[in-house]
Amino acid sequence: MNADWLDIGWVDQIPARGSRTVQVAGGDDIAVFRTAEGKVFALLDRCPHKHGRLSQGIVHGGAVACPLHNWRISLATGEALGEDKGCTPTVPVKIDGGRVLICRASVLKAAA
Amino acid sequence: MEHRPLSPEADTRDHLVVIGNGMAGCRAVEELLARDPARYRVTIFGAEPRVNYNRIMLSPVLAGEKGFDDIVINDAEWYAANGIALVAGDPVAAIDRGAKTVTTRSGVTESYDRLLIATGSDPFIIPVPGKDLPGVIAFRDMDDVGTMLAAAERGGSAVVIGGGLLGLEAAHGLSLRGMKVTVLHLMPTLMERQLDEAAGWLLKQALEARGQTILTGADTAEITGDTKVEGVRLKDGTLIPADLVVMAVGIRPATGLARDAGLAVGRGIQVDDHMVTSDPAILAVGECVEHDRQVYGLVAPLWDMCRSLADGLVEKPSGYRGSVTSTKLKVSGIDVFSAGDFSGGDGCEDIVLRDAARGVYKRVVLKDDRIVGAVLYGDTADGSWYFDLLKKQEDVSGLRDLLIFGQAFAAGGGAADPKAAVAALSDDAEICGCNGVTKGQVVSCIAKGACSLDAVRATCKASASCGSCTGLVENLLALTLGDEVQSGPKTMCQCTSFGHDDVRREIVAQAMRSIPEVMQKLHWTTPDGCSSCRPALNYYLLCALPGEYEDDQQSRFVNERLHANIQKDGTYSVVPRMWGGLTNPRELRAIADVVEKYDAPMVKVTGGQRLDIFGIKKEDLPAVWADLNAAGMVSGHAYGKALRTVKTCVGSEWCRFGTQDSTGLGVKIERMSWGSWMPHKFKIAVSGCPRNCAEATIKDFGIVCVDSGYELHVGGNGGIHVRATDLLCKVATEQEAMDHCAAFIQLYREEARYLERTAPWIERVGLAYVQSRLLEDDAGREALRARFLFSQSFSQDDPWAQRAGGAEAEHHAPMARFTPQEEWA
Repeated sequence: MNADWLDIGWVDQIPARGSRTVQVAGGDDIAVFRTAEGKVFALLDRCPHKHGRLSQGIVHGGAVACPLHNWRISLATGEALGEDKGCTPTVPVKIDGGRVLICRASVLKAAA
Repeated sequence: MEHRPLSPEADTRDHLVVIGNGMAGCRAVEELLARDPARYRVTIFGAEPRVNYNRIMLSPVLAGEKGFDDIVINDAEWYAANGIALVAGDPVAAIDRGAKTVTTRSGVTESYDRLLIATGSDPFIIPVPGKDLPGVIAFRDMDDVGTMLAAAERGGSAVVIGGGLLGLEAAHGLSLRGMKVTVLHLMPTLMERQLDEAAGWLLKQALEARGQTILTGADTAEITGDTKVEGVRLKDGTLIPADLVVMAVGIRPATGLARDAGLAVGRGIQVDDHMVTSDPAILAVGECVEHDRQVYGLVAPLWDMCRSLADGLVEKPSGYRGSVTSTKLKVSGIDVFSAGDFSGGDGCEDIVLRDAARGVYKRVVLKDDRIVGAVLYGDTADGSWYFDLLKKQEDVSGLRDLLIFGQAFAAGGGAADPKAAVAALSDDAEICGCNGVTKGQVVSCIAKGACSLDAVRATCKASASCGSCTGLVENLLALTLGDEVQSGPKTMCQCTSFGHDDVRREIVAQAMRSIPEVMQKLHWTTPDGCSSCRPALNYYLLCALPGEYEDDQQSRFVNERLHANIQKDGTYSVVPRMWGGLTNPRELRAIADVVEKYDAPMVKVTGGQRLDIFGIKKEDLPAVWADLNAAGMVSGHAYGKALRTVKTCVGSEWCRFGTQDSTGLGVKIERMSWGSWMPHKFKIAVSGCPRNCAEATIKDFGIVCVDSGYELHVGGNGGIHVRATDLLCKVATEQEAMDHCAAFIQLYREEARYLERTAPWIERVGLAYVQSRLLEDDAGREALRARFLFSQSFSQDDPWAQRAGGAEAEHHAPMARFTPQEEWA
């Protein structure tokens, strides 16, 4: 196992324009998104507004619409878009040979 | 080719040995010779038994447009004239860094002072059974092309695995050579790395029109055959016969030699800005290297690398800083272009132009007034201009309004104001190409009183068809009327200039079949819509094409995707259907068991006469449904824009005032209408007498039983604005009540706007209109009823049972689990 990155599975396990989660014991889940263009992003699965599960939202362009009150959150930065203000922590992601790797330090922070 | 004698030992110059006689290796040598032709003695080892050729031109050779001689870059004379020793057809098998030698497969050993590794990449062969059968090949070199040409001569069927550039070119060539070609692509859209979803969809349509079969989302399970390939079987069981299988799923940097020699290798051979590996005597270049964590599979970066490499070799180091790549290609004769980052995201803005008639799609992505990405389909003339602006990081705010029309337009006379550009047009300039309307005609139509976009569309037809000239017409309105322009109908969302009714009408009129198709033909300004328009389009298509349209789950709100109601803490509530509000001990026991087994903190009796189980975790949903299914219960659709409940009172069976069997009728109506998707939620009630205990007069469809029959009420709502129903009519029999109910639901399904309840819909269209459709036109009512029942024949599949049976399990389970002790599941 790589010391800095956690291998969570194949890219195609995440539906395009959709999301899957990584369960973190004792912390918030991490939502891993895949856009229509195949880009993969990860955020804490928690809207900055009322803590809605972003993994359950509709992914469009580079953003996800929170299922609770339709806040749009940028997948790249975690920032709320438009008039809304707030930010969800991002988790660095990289793809290696079709596998999705997420940053171990960020996951540990989520678990803490 | 024969081994040429190696350079004489008397030559005391430093010896540069190049492994790889491909595009990168030879280009590096060319760059070196251009700088200092006498500095190094050069020997090149190549695995293929031929001179250096242009690998990216293999496609035209396959397609019959070119022969091998046409694609040779450097012929034998070039090697001779430059004193280069070529060892072709005998690949290097090992590097000995200590002795500074390389040894070929046949045992030839050569010593080096500097070594350049340019081994390129290897095709990735997916590890499925049958991958080694004769007739399964890659598409990488001239030998593969030879195999394909031989197969094509025998005719038959070919399967190409991989819908990327290489795969599509192989498919095109084989198709031109007369083979029946099927392309299998794992991803939902073709060439997803170079094209966005919209352009990928256009490409698929075009290739299918050329006779190829394109299967997306196709996952190969095995290649079948005993002694040679006979077919490809997909994971869903489909078997496609094949005499030839071409694997073109991707390439991997060829790093084996470097790895064996102990060089630092990540995804590729790791190099610094001067293309030097972890061993200072060894360089590497091309597709086999990893620079600044990037691996490239295109030609342009390779040229950049070769320049930096040669600068370093002649000790005038410049340094490679990575490449911004663009792809400009002809795929089967169709022009496509992409550059930079077109994934959108934070602070990015899209400018989209779609011209359905010409089959053109253009998208430029801006960030901070600079171009960061572009996708062009059908017309790539301006690709290099956009790419240039992108690389120069030029501020395009001054060009912005005209940017998408291309360089000629944007630069034309400095007319940066689109209104000024329209004002400058002559009266006979054509504004609307679809309907042949000139500027003069539009202006005269506005002068005669058409003072809104809608009025212009209605009178002179300009922008009434494809809508791409909407902006021009709006500018003419503004120019002619100034502030008196009336704003048009509310558009569906910011992604389109069309309203709901226009979109719906066009979906039916043009027989559109998918969300990307609607977005293309109606000129959506965003690549994949937004959370407002996607669910609406999904519903409109579902309604227009019962049984044919494949529901797009990613365009549904979470509740409809998970078939439960999301609550503010992220758990879900589950409501099983209770037909007409009736239940029995078995159902109640099952519900009680579920509440205990899954630790549900609350159970609530709903206003719709059923039980709502709260606090169910997402991953427990399938098990909860399985338990409820086992007791005979199905989804209550309490989460959907769909038929919710049919509320009843006890009626004539028990009640001393009851006039008809309201409970029995309620159950029959719920059995008829459950599972139907609607523009919004839809509630029904049946009361057994005018005392109206089931509150039928605040429902979308309410029946009040009277002695002489059934009063049918429509358009009620008990929400924020309470609205009592309008009386539609009175009928004599239960059957008539049900028929009218079905016809009313279908009229609402076909004509209301998405997220419009029946109450505002009826206020908008008028009760008289609904009556004219349902009461004054018996044949029309019967047709509506028949369409509803036809649609229901596809929708009355319990979504819970499908998912309890394992369908879409990935919606419920996490992708991975992590605890700080690193236990993974």
